[in-house]
Amino acid sequence: MGVKALLLDEKDTVATCMDGAGEGDVVTCIGTASRQVLCVQAIPPCHKIALKDMQENEDVYKYGQVIGRTTQVIREGALVWHENLVGFERDYETELL
Amino acid sequence: MNYMGYKRAEGRSGIRNHVLILPTCGCASETARMVASQVQGSINVIINTGCADVQANTDLTQRVLTGFALNPNVFAVVIIGLGCETVGHRELQQKIQSETSKPVCSFGIQEEGGTLKTAAKAAAQARLFVQQASMQQRVPCDLGDILLGLECGGSDATSGVAANPALGLVCDRLIDEGGSSMLSETIEFIGAEHILAKRAIDKTVHNQIIQICKEYEEHLASAGQSCRAGQPTPGNKEGGLSTLEEKSLGCIKKGGSRPIVEVLQEAMRPTKHGAIIMDTPGYDIASITSMVAGGCQLVAFTTGRGTPTGIALAPVIKITANKQTYRNMEDNMDIDVSSIIDGTQSLQQGADTIFDEMLAVANGKITKAEAFGFSDVCIDHVCRFV
Repeated sequence: MGVKALLLDEKDTVATCMDGAGEGDVVTCIGTASRQVLCVQAIPPCHKIALKDMQENEDVYKYGQVIGRTTQVIREGALVWHENLVGFERDYETELL
Repeated sequence: MNYMGYKRAEGRSGIRNHVLILPTCGCASETARMVASQVQGSINVIINTGCADVQANTDLTQRVLTGFALNPNVFAVVIIGLGCETVGHRELQQKIQSETSKPVCSFGIQEEGGTLKTAAKAAAQARLFVQQASMQQRVPCDLGDILLGLECGGSDATSGVAANPALGLVCDRLIDEGGSSMLSETIEFIGAEHILAKRAIDKTVHNQIIQICKEYEEHLASAGQSCRAGQPTPGNKEGGLSTLEEKSLGCIKKGGSRPIVEVLQEAMRPTKHGAIIMDTPGYDIASITSMVAGGCQLVAFTTGRGTPTGIALAPVIKITANKQTYRNMEDNMDIDVSSIIDGTQSLQQGADTIFDEMLAVANGKITKAEAFGFSDVCIDHVCRFV
């Protein structure tokens, strides 16, 4: 039984490691799609692992939705959290019908 | 579907039969507590407002006080006033009695000559009400009478993937049975408001959902503040929720999928049946206060990190999908749905567990927060005291 992470939508670029993961672990995503990713940095329980290399200022997807933008380059298999991910202002006017 | 509850002369049935000792303001709160401590079967609330406030704050406080008294879980009300507050005990009594035939009486501390004299008279009255309440039997009531308040707090990554979606299924089932749910915490819509708005029954409700988020941010900006300073909370971040968007996308899942029929101001009572939204802060105790004032007889509260919150007027059922949290805080957690995350239980099975517990609590089962006699109340504020 390997280390598992929850992948909530096919569009997602992060998966949630419910029990955490250690550097060097092969993390198996379960949920809407199955794939594997090599963990390159310790992921605390309930935190997110990057499923791809990300540039600075890149949209990050969870639930198939944008949950924020990266503030730095993030490697595939690294931790994505509040230290390298920020939210952004909403554009409410465009959402009104 | 039926449950066993208390019929009320006006409107919806109650799941509890409380005698409420209700202070008009902060200054009367401790005397009210003394009265409740003398009379088994009565409950009190601590009110932090009620005087030295701008009109908008006064309006909100009065809606909460009146709403508490009118909540179907309340059999009778003993009001304790001071005597020089913005809205005195007689006025509050009149306002409540203009909307209900339930027994209401009131006393003023200055008028009676201090706390002990007031407490003696009020306790005698409360004792009478408690005896009357004890004579009322539970009878079959329509589950459609239930207005379920939805809350999440101390959220972590388990909330949005398991506890909240399971509660969402509970809401859908309750609404299909003719009942209603109330989703609140506007701040925790931000980042997901465009998805929530898709559930609106019409264009007006759609735009109201967007508008309450926009206006909340503008309101804070007018005081030079941003909601993103306090949201996500440090505990949310430690629990793997990095941005307000991520938190909100998980939060709204507890509201289910049925059409949203009405958007209410804080502490207002719904005029429609079905999925209701109330515009409240994300601060759990403030939003629960407003939802119970809006008539919720019951609150379902999902949490990742654990919380003890309870309000004396209405049972708060604590649900977690974090196994460690359930073990760590079993004193406070009512339901463990962590097996959804283990994969040993489906989301639907988790929802059924919550629904069954909700029904048991409606029928009279005491929640853990009720067993401890918890009475958390916080009335939201539009701006500073004056």
